[in-house]
Amino acid sequence: MNDPEVVPEVPDSGTARVALTSAAARLLVKMTELHGPLMFHQSGGCCDGSSPMCYPDGDFKIGGSDVHLGDLTVEGLAPIGFYMSESQFGYWKHTHLTVDVVQGRGSGFSVEAPEGVRFMIRSRLFSDEESAALNGV
Amino acid sequence: MARYAAPGQPDSPVTFKSRYDNFIGGEYVAPVKGQYFENPTPITGETFTEVARGTAEDVELALDAAHAAAPAWGKTSVAERAGILNKMADRIEANLEMIAIAESWENGKACRETLAADIPLAIDHLRYFAGAIRAQEGSLSQIDEDTVAYHFHEPLGVVGQIIPWNFPILMAIWKLAPALAAGNCVVLKPAEQTPASIHVLNELVGDLLPAGVLNIVNGFGVEAGKPLASNKRIRKIAFTGETTTGRLIMQYASENLIPVTLELGGKSPNVFFNDVAAQNDAFYDKSLEGFAMFALNQGEVCTCPSRALIQQEIYPEFLQDCVKRTEQIKQGHPLDTDTMIGAQASNDQLEKILSYIDIGRQEGAKILCGGERADLGGELSGGYYMQPTIFEGNNSMRVFQEEIFGPVVSVARFTDYDDAMKIANDTLYGLGAAVWSRDGNVAYRAGRDIQAGRVWVNNYHAYPAHAAFGGYKQSGVGRENHKMMLDHYQNTKNMLVSYSPNAQGFF
Repeated sequence: MNDPEVVPEVPDSGTARVALTSAAARLLVKMTELHGPLMFHQSGGCCDGSSPMCYPDGDFKIGGSDVHLGDLTVEGLAPIGFYMSESQFGYWKHTHLTVDVVQGRGSGFSVEAPEGVRFMIRSRLFSDEESAALNGV
Repeated sequence: MARYAAPGQPDSPVTFKSRYDNFIGGEYVAPVKGQYFENPTPITGETFTEVARGTAEDVELALDAAHAAAPAWGKTSVAERAGILNKMADRIEANLEMIAIAESWENGKACRETLAADIPLAIDHLRYFAGAIRAQEGSLSQIDEDTVAYHFHEPLGVVGQIIPWNFPILMAIWKLAPALAAGNCVVLKPAEQTPASIHVLNELVGDLLPAGVLNIVNGFGVEAGKPLASNKRIRKIAFTGETTTGRLIMQYASENLIPVTLELGGKSPNVFFNDVAAQNDAFYDKSLEGFAMFALNQGEVCTCPSRALIQQEIYPEFLQDCVKRTEQIKQGHPLDTDTMIGAQASNDQLEKILSYIDIGRQEGAKILCGGERADLGGELSGGYYMQPTIFEGNNSMRVFQEEIFGPVVSVARFTDYDDAMKIANDTLYGLGAAVWSRDGNVAYRAGRDIQAGRVWVNNYHAYPAHAAFGGYKQSGVGRENHKMMLDHYQNTKNMLVSYSPNAQGFF
């Protein structure tokens, strides 16, 4: 139901590990107008866990326990870093992530909530070739 | 079966107002910026009220009110504070249906649960902390013949609390009861998905508290939660939610050097040893119910038993019975008293659950039942319903590692005790767990070996006051639901007193 045909990524919007849908890219343009340069940190745990949290860049302090999955690219915007805790990455690294947007109102401090929409992750398994290149397995 | 009328209908026990402002200094005041947001019920997807879209300016007003009230409130007698908590409990009890139906309409959960669990537990929680604060004692230590160390409990002052949307009222009371009992004033921010039911409760009991002791500022996390959590004028912040926001709140707290309590969720293992199937008796039936507990509150529980681990010898037959039990879960209108599972709390929550169904399928997990959005027809077609879903797979799959927060359980088999413990503990989290066995020795050992703050043995999803609740590992910091929670809302004052008339001898 959520296969890549239905939720197309924007070409060259990210890296081998993470990308954007066009709806997410449009929302990031709007959010940048309101908040300046942005970043993502992927959450885990309950409530809005498993959702990507979008913050003004630098508002969330990235540390030694985080992995940088790559920078998302939207024309006209500064690169948008996408991060996840290293421990969580251990369980996620076999999947490619696409940041999408759905109707609804998340909680947490993610910047888009007042718009009545929520960033959300769509996932697909890496192919064997991708896994070998990215994870060495 | 009984069906409660929708709020606002003539025979409904509750009517929501068309708009809720912020509650600051004992009265409802409009948000400074004059903005409101719409609040839909997940039952139909229709908006039923609008709520203040609070901002930093409103948080500051609430903190002004809280700081004005704090000196006097902190000096009230424990008898007075306990009396107020008991009166709050009595009023809620006398209006149980009103609050329970409001909560179901707000969150989408079945009223069977709000009537029998959420609200009765909230009532009992208030009474528990009324009792706990009366019974709390300081201490004194005789250091030597002439020197005594007295230890007093003193309130922190003004604290911030950010409430989740899965149990909007119960989680608010879990945090409010110990904070108020200990003599603190509170600025509380409800979740933006469930901002209204707390005001139905507050309109019932808010007058019992002196003005400014409890202040409620609604709004979004980025606009109201952040100004509260990062504020220099709070002495503590409590949060229930997820890990990234938990870290962010700790970062803000580190800037102000204040303590935090965090409850951040889990991926709780529900472990069934062979001997549960030794007889087909009441205990076997109880075990099957224990499996089906993943659907309680639509799976929107931090301790959802979302990983079921079943020992290999009983695996096929026991799982088959579990599937049958799950298929008997009655999904329907949340205001029907027979309905066992209601609506997910929001559209984005439902979409997220469906995205996990998708990745689970891609990873090769097998769906044994459910797996789809449920369309219940009529007005409910606009609501957010999910079929109870059982995945069969292995513990390395993402559906075994992430809290889906829906009625979705992932099942795997284990060979022996050590294998069970290895799988149970192979998770980032450690909030809840359960062990099912007729052998008390096995159950005891497993209960101690599982790295989680709450291990149920031969039961699940019981939350009585006086049983500590909180997480190991990445599930959080601190404990709730127990008198030890008072410590999270108190300073220790040590007065070290000399009763000697003589100089100490240094100068």
